Amino acid sequence: MKAAVIVFPGLNRDRDMIAALTKIGGVAPAVVWHQDADIPDVDLIVIPGGFSYGDYLRCGAIAARSPMMDKVRERAARGTKVLGVCNGFQILIEAGLLPGALMRNTSLKFVCREVKLEVTNTDNVFTSGYAKGQIIRCPVAHHDGNYFADAETLAALEGDGRVAFRYAESTNPNGSINNIAGILNAEKNVLGLMPHPENLIESAHGGVDGRALFAALLDKAA
Amino acid sequence: MTLRNDIEITPQLVADHGLKADEYQKILDLIGREPTYTELGIFSAMWNEHCSYKSSKKWLRTLPTTGPRVIQGPGENAGVVDIGDGQAVVFKMESHNHPSFIEPYQGAATGVGGILRDVFTMGARPVAAMNALRFGAPEHEKTRHLVHGVVAGVGGYGNSFGVPTVAGEVEFDARYNGNNLVNAFAAGLADTDKIFYSKAEGVGLPVVYLGAKTGRDGVGGATMASAEFGDDIEEKRPTVQVGDPFTEKRLLEACLELMATGAVIAIQDMGAAGLTCSAVEMGAKGDLGIELNLDKVPVREENMTAYEMMLSESQERMLMVLHPEKEPEARAVFEKWELDFATVGKTTDDLRFRVLWQGEEVANLPIKDLGDEAPEYDRPWVEPKIPAALATDDVPQMDVAEALLKLVGGHQCSSRRWVYEQYDTLIQGNSIQRPGGDAGVIRVLGHDKKGLAFTSDVNPRYCEANPYEGGKQAVAECWRNLTATGAEPLAATDNLNFGNPERPEIMGQLVKAVGGIGDACRALDFPIVSGNVSLYNETNGRGILPTPTIGGVGLLPDWQKSVRIGFTAANQPILLVGGQALRGTHLGQSIYLRDLFDRRDGDAPHVDLAAERKTGDFVRKLIRSGVVTACHDLSDGGLGVALAEMAISGGLGATVVDIEGHDPLLQYFGEDQGRYLVTLNLDPQGAEIAALWEEAKALGIEAPWIGTTGGTDLVLGKAKPVSVAALTSAHESWFPNYMSA
Repeated sequence: MKAAVIVFPGLNRDRDMIAALTKIGGVAPAVVWHQDADIPDVDLIVIPGGFSYGDYLRCGAIAARSPMMDKVRERAARGTKVLGVCNGFQILIEAGLLPGALMRNTSLKFVCREVKLEVTNTDNVFTSGYAKGQIIRCPVAHHDGNYFADAETLAALEGDGRVAFRYAESTNPNGSINNIAGILNAEKNVLGLMPHPENLIESAHGGVDGRALFAALLDKAA
Repeated sequence: MTLRNDIEITPQLVADHGLKADEYQKILDLIGREPTYTELGIFSAMWNEHCSYKSSKKWLRTLPTTGPRVIQGPGENAGVVDIGDGQAVVFKMESHNHPSFIEPYQGAATGVGGILRDVFTMGARPVAAMNALRFGAPEHEKTRHLVHGVVAGVGGYGNSFGVPTVAGEVEFDARYNGNNLVNAFAAGLADTDKIFYSKAEGVGLPVVYLGAKTGRDGVGGATMASAEFGDDIEEKRPTVQVGDPFTEKRLLEACLELMATGAVIAIQDMGAAGLTCSAVEMGAKGDLGIELNLDKVPVREENMTAYEMMLSESQERMLMVLHPEKEPEARAVFEKWELDFATVGKTTDDLRFRVLWQGEEVANLPIKDLGDEAPEYDRPWVEPKIPAALATDDVPQMDVAEALLKLVGGHQCSSRRWVYEQYDTLIQGNSIQRPGGDAGVIRVLGHDKKGLAFTSDVNPRYCEANPYEGGKQAVAECWRNLTATGAEPLAATDNLNFGNPERPEIMGQLVKAVGGIGDACRALDFPIVSGNVSLYNETNGRGILPTPTIGGVGLLPDWQKSVRIGFTAANQPILLVGGQALRGTHLGQSIYLRDLFDRRDGDAPHVDLAAERKTGDFVRKLIRSGVVTACHDLSDGGLGVALAEMAISGGLGATVVDIEGHDPLLQYFGEDQGRYLVTLNLDPQGAEIAALWEEAKALGIEAPWIGTTGGTDLVLGKAKPVSVAALTSAHESWFPNYMSA
């Protein structure tokens, strides 16, 4: 399985993501600069976290309108798996690849802490390495992770099993509706989530709960 | 030589530039004519306290700054220390006190930005940050606003830039009501053979401007930071810079890419006094002149004058001297990152600092006198009056359990979670110990086992009572906190925050504190490799507590062997290592007295440096042998608070026995120095622990068994047991309750 990590200026968890993909997949992912002509032929495209374009205007809004995102959109339409984490999730939403909006945390503050996630659905490649209903640990680090969608969209997400992760055990750090932490597109080949599974993949991180996500994507044992 | 000048230089204008009459006379003598307005601005920028260290230089020279691992001591953008395997840690701490009080968010944000720039200017990628914050009394009307703004500003910049905040300090005291302190620390990793310096070399080489455009923000910031505050503080807001972490992140990546091309001869970030200071330093250090053409400087506002351009403190800018043949390559790197790149001048052989603007020369000054030969003062100082030691029978009484709960849930000893959860503490994926323990620990990228530990410490109460002992204690506590994780303390950076040095009693504090720091650093082989001095932290004639913050860095050969403060398992023996047989004896200047009885009397505790070193070396060896399951140094609140913190952190209780015939309040709340608590995975009756005690005895170190971990309560001798749940609730509640009130 081949992976590519897209880098926009201002992203800063690209190195964390590259490290996770390399450590779990055994090979380094291709690193694609936003101005590169094309994305290499890969099975997985990852947009990592950070502050693309300084989060100016709205988180993810500027990166979402770059020509690179047209290429990501084309690949997604052709079935390539796309993972967006944190700012990557915000970019996917701003680009229209995922529905809803990510608003400022209800605390109005940046929050970096560990939360609990329930793996809500496992009938997709991203969460297939977990058991349905499994509770995992995962860190978050964001200022704008408060997920919102209108009633109709929410009903579709819930009804079609497109909520991948939910904040569990009263650990919702941002006020997200229905405790939503991560969602899938209708075809279930695009996942966006606010938490950082790439920061919980080895003993040095104090846990390996994030491994199964990457292992499933990269066809490796967790 | 005459230069045209459109603005008359009046005594008032000179005074407004923070220059004293005798300093102005010195300028006249030096250049033999009246300076132009731009030149006056340049002198003011270079000769202010902030940039010239004119009051402190004489005393800073007494500090130990060398050692077998020191690659670069003070005088560069940051200190550089060898950590083996061809790697070096590059670090410094710097204040942004004045701007953070005027405009807390931007003041703090640009403080973080400035220190990060200092580190990557040397060729190091930042890997850890800390900050030491001091605010006025919690009940003061401005305090909440300042805490909100400063914490958000630190987080806003550091999180976006992408460096983990691994440790820090937050403290409240009424003496900071009119001047809060924001001391920001950053550390980076570099290869020892790829360190970059600010000393320019070679005549006729291009001086290149990189990064963000120059605006009118922060004009006169360094001069503002070299004066006291009065009632006109609101008028000073325009002197505060505005930070753009997005540009800084791009500047970091662009600089590291550029350095890898081999194009860089010298590099200096534009910090305080911007273009002026960076150009003068590069030239003066290299014994070269510099000629700048301001018409080439990228500007973001129209009609900027030479004066404004030379004094702007717009952020995220760099000045470099480049190999001319590599200029196209360098330009391509900066174009990729969409940053400005402009050749704005050249090095010359005439030791003059010449500034051209709109085809005219607006400044022509001797560069050495501006820079490394700036004025220096031997300011008068008086010996601080040390308060009498507390009488041994002066122990105000309170129930031990009640006192413990109050201290653990008070503003001094409560959890700082509300603060550090606003900082990204785990980005880069190398954070081994995050805030909340004795020191932050990260693993070193590119190495299997190596780790680095970071801590920042000072006890301003002690420094106020006894500046010499307080200075010693700040270094000792820093060294102790590093040791408590198992790290070998390598070197430190000092951030000296004091009041107005023109007052002999303030100067006395500085002189004695620096003396104490120097003695402690020598005794502990813990050299000072970088630092910063912030004076004039005064409002309407009232100075802050003397606050010489010490930021320390330690090395762990194997991060897996580092230990934390939380109890890890039940039924483990607890040893109190170091100090005296009576456990606690010293209540002078303690938190117990200050926060429970509103008393600020007695002498500060004294640090026995020989015992400090012996005890620390013993504890570190124990940790590295693998028998220690948790370790915590004793500081504010003494044994009682340290035990409570270990219980809270581990979610596990303990039972500790009193010693008979000695006031339990002294035992539990005395702030005697040089002590650690350790828990061991050893049988308290076994041969191994007996051997450990034999060794301690032979070294003359107290290491008594004082109790056992386990249960849901913390039981301090005969005191009423306190549940760990109650301690945790008190500990975690103070900050969020305060901030939401």
